[in-house]
Amino acid sequence: MKFKTKSKSYQMDMTAMIDIVFLLIAFFTVLINFSDAEQNERITLPISELAKPPETPPSEPIILHVLGNGNVIYGTQEYTPEALDKQIAFHMRFLNAMKIPLKRVTVIVRADGDCQAGKVQDVIELCQRHRLENFKLRARQNDQ
Amino acid sequence: MRRAKKEYGRRELNMTAMIDIIFLLLTFFIMTFKIVVPEGDFSIKMPPKSAPSSASLDTPPEPLRVVLSSSPGGNLSSITFGEKPLGRNFNLLRREILSVVSKRGGPKKADVEVELAPDDRLKYAYVIEAITAVTGQVGADGQVYKICDKVKFAPRRKK
Repeated sequence: MKFKTKSKSYQMDMTAMIDIVFLLIAFFTVLINFSDAEQNERITLPISELAKPPETPPSEPIILHVLGNGNVIYGTQEYTPEALDKQIAFHMRFLNAMKIPLKRVTVIVRADGDCQAGKVQDVIELCQRHRLENFKLRARQNDQ
Repeated sequence: MRRAKKEYGRRELNMTAMIDIIFLLLTFFIMTFKIVVPEGDFSIKMPPKSAPSSASLDTPPEPLRVVLSSSPGGNLSSITFGEKPLGRNFNLLRREILSVVSKRGGPKKADVEVELAPDDRLKYAYVIEAITAVTGQVGADGQVYKICDKVKFAPRRKK
């Protein structure tokens, strides 16, 4: 018995679909930002109506995320204040070796809104002991 | 001539692989997509304590001291501006600062520095609220009017 197989290839017009898909890709590519180091999901920044994004980012930022319990996330790891002291000291040695003046270094403090003010001041004092003097307290703009 | 006609036969382009990759890219971008809330900074200048007071000739005027007291739970219990209690109203604080600034020649000329002294256990959100009240105001037109941009923390009492 012989069956006639209908192996005729059907063609689908994919032009419109590909148009849309490329459009979506272009949209997401433009919007993606890799500045993950600046964000941390464990921190809810306090809200301030005056918090406008800066026009130029600081040249030598040190970003410290102060958690509600007083620990600090620096880079990717969480440190107790004592351990952070060593890390900052290490960073200062690096800046020194690269001959970066301390005036250009800015410490960006991203502290949780529920964190105790004293804990934030502890972190600032710790940085002051390493002769850092420019600080920026970060806040989130009012989100509707 | 005949030969040329033959060439017009429909050529098929195999798009399967391309579409695979494109969808892969699309899923990647969708998964990594995150809506970012705009963030802003408040500058605070805090030179190290051991710094020698070089400006002995023209000493800057005394900073305006704002004390933020907290309840045992970390909430704001009262604001004190200098010696004056202001309750819990940050708008009153803004008005006080504004009156001092305008007495000394307006926001651009006045050399006014505010020193914040929050209680250790006060929630940090109130500190930011106080800094917001001190540094400026958003007008009805949505523009920011600066009042005083020199803010610092007071040296802390030793525990």
